[in-house]
Amino acid sequence: MLGVKNIFPNKNKKEVVGWLFASPWLIGLMAFYIYPLLSSIFYSFTTFNGITVEKFNGIQNYIDLIHNDVFWLSMKNTFIYTIIVVPASLFLGILLAIILNVKTEGRGIYRIIAFIPTLAPVVAVSIVWQWLLNSQFGLVNYILYKVGLPGPPWFGSELWSKPSVALISLWTIGTTVLIYLAGLNDIPKNYYEAATIDGAGVIRKVLHITLPLLTPVIFFNIIMGIIRAVQEFTLPFVITNGMGTPANSMLFYSMLLYKNAFQYFKMGEANAMAWIMFVIIMALTLIVQYTSKKWVHYMGE
Amino acid sequence: MKKKINEQANNILRHTVLLIISMFFMLPFYIMVSTSFKTQAECFVYPIKWLPENLNFAAYQDVFKIIPFGRYFINTVYITAANVLGVVLTCPLAAYSLARLRWKGREFLFFLTIAVMMIPYQVIMIPIFILFSRMGVIGTYWPLIIPQYFGIPFFIFLLRQFFKGLPKELEDAARIDGCSEFSIFSKIFLPLCKPAILTIAIFQLLNTWNDFTGPLIYLTKSKMYTLQIGLQQFKSVHVTNWPPMMAASVLISLPIIILFFIAQKQFIEGVTFTGVKG
Repeated sequence: MLGVKNIFPNKNKKEVVGWLFASPWLIGLMAFYIYPLLSSIFYSFTTFNGITVEKFNGIQNYIDLIHNDVFWLSMKNTFIYTIIVVPASLFLGILLAIILNVKTEGRGIYRIIAFIPTLAPVVAVSIVWQWLLNSQFGLVNYILYKVGLPGPPWFGSELWSKPSVALISLWTIGTTVLIYLAGLNDIPKNYYEAATIDGAGVIRKVLHITLPLLTPVIFFNIIMGIIRAVQEFTLPFVITNGMGTPANSMLFYSMLLYKNAFQYFKMGEANAMAWIMFVIIMALTLIVQYTSKKWVHYMGE
Repeated sequence: MKKKINEQANNILRHTVLLIISMFFMLPFYIMVSTSFKTQAECFVYPIKWLPENLNFAAYQDVFKIIPFGRYFINTVYITAANVLGVVLTCPLAAYSLARLRWKGREFLFFLTIAVMMIPYQVIMIPIFILFSRMGVIGTYWPLIIPQYFGIPFFIFLLRQFFKGLPKELEDAARIDGCSEFSIFSKIFLPLCKPAILTIAIFQLLNTWNDFTGPLIYLTKSKMYTLQIGLQQFKSVHVTNWPPMMAASVLISLPIIILFFIAQKQFIEGVTFTGVKG
């Protein structure tokens, strides 16, 4: 009995210490995550202008959005961008990782070179690429001209503006490549040795060993890529100085959301947009997750 | 003999491919630097000049003349330093509690920590703005600093995994010696966790330095702008003034790139960790 009594105060003390250590984060979790999450659902059902909630108006914000052409345009822009950038970075990311994984002198330096663009601030990235993609004096069209290809108008046209953003985004693919490289590193070397003995060439090794065993990392990168693309804000905002030009072709979903909230002070509608985005992201993630059973192979299964 | 030639051809091919890839990643930097030394007129010469006529620093002088670059730099350093301090103070405490202290609700808190990482910033952005606006701190640095003192879920998760990996004998010995819970944490675990803390410090530094949305939403007075917002303002006014814009781009990118070369290992480890959890 005496022993039990001695244990209890000790255990209680441990409880308290645990809570105490976690308490700043508990406050942060409540103030900056849970409370905002719940109140943004609430605001999305009101006519909130940032100062007062004038009235509760049910799903009116959502109905207004559905009847708003600009909303659909921003949705379309973001969708087109996602459709371009996610598969492109999937393909290029894996390709670059495989190339940078080949044992060569100076491999480390090449890897660093591919990673450095991810460090540059978005504003600097936009400035330099807007100059590179300048249709008259830019380097890209100059090179295209030299090899005999017509130079597109890039940011000057509605057709090319989104591929231009995708191109810039691919320039900062280094983080993705690094994650693929870590995945490649986890593939046991003896698999390749066995395949070599069986007389398999490079392409067969890639198709039958590398890609299947890389699928968990591919799965992760696809989901992260979708989340990033759907939320894309800074790049189109900085490039167009917040205008979304030409002809709203660069008005991405997050930009319209920002404008609704902080320029037109339609905070209720902006919160409704945020929740629609959240639902879309969750739905896309679930779809990828669902299909993953068919194509993701975990080692040891 | 034939095999050797084959190998050499292979080697050349490999390096050619790698060089072309490197060009894609490095040429924009080269153009950034070379244009920053050009004159305005030299930018609009066709065919493109790979090197500026002569090395002139006029664009760099312009940067300081046209925009209060020094002021923006100090503002950015101030916010960045405050943020790094914040995450370094709070995140290890929470992570340690989640990894090594046993208490009711711990697993649930860990679950929530993971779950809130999935919330898009756009969803919580407006309520947080309203929260700060009710506190009357819009237009000050507080909204850009305070949240970092209350924990960042990803960092807590990263550190928690690190603490989990340390052997249990460490704390048992200390407990027998009668150390308090806090000194077990601060004297034994914290020093061991230095590399992981350095990683989160660098990540936070990079995030704050490059943050655009936060300052865009919260800063109202132009003398309080950060480098990112300041340069964006400059860009929207001086649309075709390329050399000073490039000079400013060089100046805001350089600190981060230098830091990368100093702490390469932490950068790489931090990035690959994000992939490991998937």
